[in-house]
Amino acid sequence: MYSYSEFDEAFVRERVAQFTHQVERRLDGSLTEDEFRPLRLMNGLYLQLHAYMLRVAIPYGTINPRQMRQLAHIAQTWDKGYGHFTTRQNIQFNWPKLEDVPKMLQALADVGMHAIQTSGNCVRNVTADHFAGAAADEIEDPRPVAELLRQWSTDHPEFQFLPRKFKIAITGSPHDRAVTRAHDIGLRMVRNAAGEPGFEVIVGGGLGRTPMIGHTVRNFLPKADLLPYVEAVLSVYNTLGRRDNKYKARIKITVHETGKEEITRLIEERFAELRPLFGGNDQKLLAEIEEAFAPPAFRNAPTDAYDAFYKADPTFRSWADTNLTAHRNAQYAIVTISLKAHGETPGDATADQMRLIADLAETYGHSEIRISHEQNVILPHVHKADLPALHAALVNAGLGTANVGLISDIIACPGMDYCALATARSIPIAQQIATRFDELKLEHDIGPLKIKISGCINACGHHHVGHIGILGLDRAGVENYQITLGGDGTETAAIGDKTGPGFAYDEIVPAIERIVRAYLEIRQSPEETFLDAFRRVGMDPFKAALYDEEGEKDAA
Amino acid sequence: MSRRFTPKVVTANRLREGDVVYLTADDRWSPFHHEAELIEDEAHAQMRLLHGAAQKLVVVGAYLADAKPGPNGPEPTHFREEFRTRGPSNYNHGKQADYA
Repeated sequence: MYSYSEFDEAFVRERVAQFTHQVERRLDGSLTEDEFRPLRLMNGLYLQLHAYMLRVAIPYGTINPRQMRQLAHIAQTWDKGYGHFTTRQNIQFNWPKLEDVPKMLQALADVGMHAIQTSGNCVRNVTADHFAGAAADEIEDPRPVAELLRQWSTDHPEFQFLPRKFKIAITGSPHDRAVTRAHDIGLRMVRNAAGEPGFEVIVGGGLGRTPMIGHTVRNFLPKADLLPYVEAVLSVYNTLGRRDNKYKARIKITVHETGKEEITRLIEERFAELRPLFGGNDQKLLAEIEEAFAPPAFRNAPTDAYDAFYKADPTFRSWADTNLTAHRNAQYAIVTISLKAHGETPGDATADQMRLIADLAETYGHSEIRISHEQNVILPHVHKADLPALHAALVNAGLGTANVGLISDIIACPGMDYCALATARSIPIAQQIATRFDELKLEHDIGPLKIKISGCINACGHHHVGHIGILGLDRAGVENYQITLGGDGTETAAIGDKTGPGFAYDEIVPAIERIVRAYLEIRQSPEETFLDAFRRVGMDPFKAALYDEEGEKDAA
Repeated sequence: MSRRFTPKVVTANRLREGDVVYLTADDRWSPFHHEAELIEDEAHAQMRLLHGAAQKLVVVGAYLADAKPGPNGPEPTHFREEFRTRGPSNYNHGKQADYA
């Protein structure tokens, strides 16, 4: 994988030194909290409900075993022995003490990691398809471009004080696993008529209080034009974006208020100015980066052991059916390690689990690890002959849950168990849904179903694009959960529709169960997924299941 | 007639640790909600908030939170403040573990 250059190393070290002094000055009173807050946020340090929280960037979700072990070390030394992987492929530590944070940043810098630009109105961590570089359906690995964007956006003097935060997602596959249509800029690799790879550029998507699906401003952008084009988008947004109202400051509002045609014209106009200024250096750099992303030396060996094990062992088969994805090399598989054991916190991994994942990546996975926005861990390159041994090791560590893509593979933001912005809890809802459907032994029968839960309107849990979305709100001093149905985060992106009135904390899990039971009755065959069924029959049968039964119960 | 003032406590997070604390009547920062000073008068509440917020080397983000009297001292009225007295619901971490 890509290693930080001397320039990156010096920049990160310098920032650690600066922040170390800033913390000292805060603690001795030379800096007030108002002065210190923007400085700590620039370095990923938030003050949450019960403690500080440090958000560490995992660029495009790619991490190596050495870095994973260092995260384990940090979790054990300065936190409570675990970390929380987020819906932006980052990791958060929930319990650091202010005076320890410089040491944590130092330890991160030792392995080429940092917390820079994980907060603030700048370009945040560029997220990517978590199967990048391995997926069978991929045109090209999008991560070299993501790395180019990271280098370009890091400390970019023009884009440190944007109207609002700015999130870019990229995928190299026609199947969108990176939710590109719900990002400020989404980049989806496509081929033109001549077969050359380039990008569909989608601008102005976003979730939050005004969810919007992005608009395609370019159907095909040649790869070589990517950086000046993205800079043109940022430049137009930086000029037009509203700084008078925080809630209207994201580029989705700029696009909405300016109109797709006009914003496209402005972007193209700015692009025409910027393109000649790039002079080819970006392409030279990209070529160097691409070398660092060369695929590993794949092993050529028989896969009979896998086939035999698959036939013989039902537990392994169940896991293989849900947690493996087709690799571009037919002898290999992409392994998703579920961080969604039933009843556990989505996205959490203990220090011991992190160390084991690092070991397994070295032993079986060409030392590559990815974090998905769905809060799981990926070993992108595992030879099929190694899968039985890998599975056994995962099961021993509580990491063998066979539920990827199923109802218990829930995305949940930290919610009011940690987050200062939250209006209700998310994590316990996810835990209860997973536990309930595990008891019912229904989830494999239900099939692919994405539940996404946010604890406030800012939608970190992506609830708008969940097949079933749950939004936790504060209604007159009580937690209340609103349900949306039919959301979709893929290339057929859609924002879910509200079912109607929300449900209380102790009513939401039964409500979800009624929806799922309605689906099982409605579906034409087990092959018709929840989303397909919803698209065929619409909201009414689900509304009836949700609200009529409740009425009957009250009347009884 | 103006609305009746809802009683308040002054709460904040400790600067160094981030822990949730409450201002007591004898000017300490206590980790326990029930030890907080229950403030029944609006003007006094503002004075106490100023007093608390001025301790910039001890706490951060001081604010007034609604509370009500209880048998052992003030109790929170909103679930957010109730969670702050305990810690998260997914692990036995925070106050519920530290002061068990």
